[in-house]
Amino acid sequence: MNSDKITKAVLFSVSILILLLAAGMLYSLVGGSLPAFKTFGLRFIISGEWDPTYGREKYGALPFIVGTLITSFAALLISLPLSFSTSLFLGEYFRGTRVARILGILVDLLAGIPSIVYGLWGFYVLRPLLIDLGFGGQGFGIFTASLILAIMIIPYATSLSNEIIGMVPNDLKEAAYSLGATRLEVITTVTIPAARSGIVAGYILSFGRALGETMAVTMLIGNTNLVPDSLFDTGNTMASVIANQFGEADGLKLSSLIAIGLLLFLMTGVINAIGKLIIKKMN
Amino acid sequence: MKTFLSLILIVVLFSACQNSAKKTGESGGSSVSLTSAGATFPLPYYNLVFKNYAKETGVQVTYGGIGSGGGIRSLKDKVVDFGATDAYLNDDQLVEMPAEVVHIPTCMGAVVIAYNLPGVEELKLSDSLLEKIFMGEITRWNDPALKSNNEGVTLPDLEIVFVHRSDGSGTTHIFSDYMSKVSQKWADEVGAGKSLKWPVGMGAKGNPGVAGTISQTEGAIGYIGSEFAFAQKIQTAKVQNSSGEYIEPSIESISAAAQGDIPADTRVMVTNSDFPTAYPISGFTWIILYKEQAYDGRSEALARGTVEFLDWLVSEDAQAQAAKVNYAPLPEATVQKAKAILRSVTYNGEAILKE
Repeated sequence: MNSDKITKAVLFSVSILILLLAAGMLYSLVGGSLPAFKTFGLRFIISGEWDPTYGREKYGALPFIVGTLITSFAALLISLPLSFSTSLFLGEYFRGTRVARILGILVDLLAGIPSIVYGLWGFYVLRPLLIDLGFGGQGFGIFTASLILAIMIIPYATSLSNEIIGMVPNDLKEAAYSLGATRLEVITTVTIPAARSGIVAGYILSFGRALGETMAVTMLIGNTNLVPDSLFDTGNTMASVIANQFGEADGLKLSSLIAIGLLLFLMTGVINAIGKLIIKKMN
Repeated sequence: MKTFLSLILIVVLFSACQNSAKKTGESGGSSVSLTSAGATFPLPYYNLVFKNYAKETGVQVTYGGIGSGGGIRSLKDKVVDFGATDAYLNDDQLVEMPAEVVHIPTCMGAVVIAYNLPGVEELKLSDSLLEKIFMGEITRWNDPALKSNNEGVTLPDLEIVFVHRSDGSGTTHIFSDYMSKVSQKWADEVGAGKSLKWPVGMGAKGNPGVAGTISQTEGAIGYIGSEFAFAQKIQTAKVQNSSGEYIEPSIESISAAAQGDIPADTRVMVTNSDFPTAYPISGFTWIILYKEQAYDGRSEALARGTVEFLDWLVSEDAQAQAAKVNYAPLPEATVQKAKAILRSVTYNGEAILKE
């Protein structure tokens, strides 16, 4: 056997292993969630009632699905202007300068901070600040969780868009300049169109991160198992309720939590697929 | 192929680890080592006394704080010598177990009501106040009902923020069991359990999470495990017991809650005790084991080691150390009941402890 064949065999078996892992995960999630879906059927997804009291158990995932989607979308909206302008700053206006390098390192550093630290900071610094500013009663809730999520996902969108913007060929931009375009015109008519698929991919990645974030959200969202009335109401997310309730759960409740895990798994898959589709359409 | 081989290797290694606990038992003699897992509530107490027992007798007892649910599952799967739980197994759960299970109470704890009100040194809460606060019927601290129950205390004009546990917990179980006993409304609308459908309030994770949220939020009120509250010197409210007395939670008032009629199998919630000096939101924590110890090829030495250890755990020697880590010891009458249960544990039908 030559080395080429060995490399191929190793790469092949490792890829198969990853495929098996994903398939095995899906298999056990489906198996574990069957009792919940059998008992509640479609009501599991559309019911907002979460009553774990023994003897009258009723589980509906709607509060958590709504909470997850609202916090993640809100985080994406809040982070969008911040990370987009930062990536333009780093990749276009100040590309290659010392300022951009330092700022780039700082942005990447944000991605390396453990989520529990974000949670603590949110709890002890951001929350009192929000109370002082008069947002909501106790500073806990969907809005606070979205804010912390927004800060957490900034580096993902920024780094990727920054790289892609930096890769737009200079020839294109110079051609635009030679036609008399201003810098802003070059950005809107050349850079962004050329880099848009990469930029969108960055935001999809960061949205996926927001969907699955657990610890920081648990500490700030208020953990109320009800569909929230407003942005400033307390709520809960899918990842957060699993982390909170899993330890002491058994029977139907355990199955319901696994079912929420399955829904989260599918949601992430669907959102990634939509993202891929958008990128494909753009090209 | 290589990946496959290493996978097999990992599986073999894991199964070897799982068997080791039983192997040590079979070798007999003094080298018995016991494996256990369960509730996190008594973890500090178990850590302390298990270590002392190893020092005195050389018998190593490992304990995994994986939660009461995990403790019951582990005993059911027979991967531990005994399990630990904060909530006794109800009749349905007992039937689901593969063999008869007995409960041994090991120590007592309570649930305290903590609050954050600047300048308020003492707060007295009656049954009806607890119901109204936790059902969301009273929403401000200067409510007339609260004021009239706390004469001489200036209650601020603040919103009441109820902080409960977001995770499933034995603490919530004791709290909600008490609430269900003193309030019919609570029993009908909320009920008792390790996690609940809360009428009002917000959740925080674990005792530290609830305590932290309360200390950071003026006007907050919530419930915390006594072992944590005592260790952190958290300010607590006096709660009215069923004799009408307002009782401050303490090691003594918690122990007093079990000074009443306890059934022979000790499966009882001692909340809302009618003993005059009892703190009403108190409860046992239990160790559970199979009544017939000859199962799954367990050696007699291992069975004897298990029962002798548990007999020591309820003895004065171990109980005297409970207060050191902020747990309340079992009252003498309960100790006698626990000892009687241990003497009913058998190996191949014969009682293990004779005297």
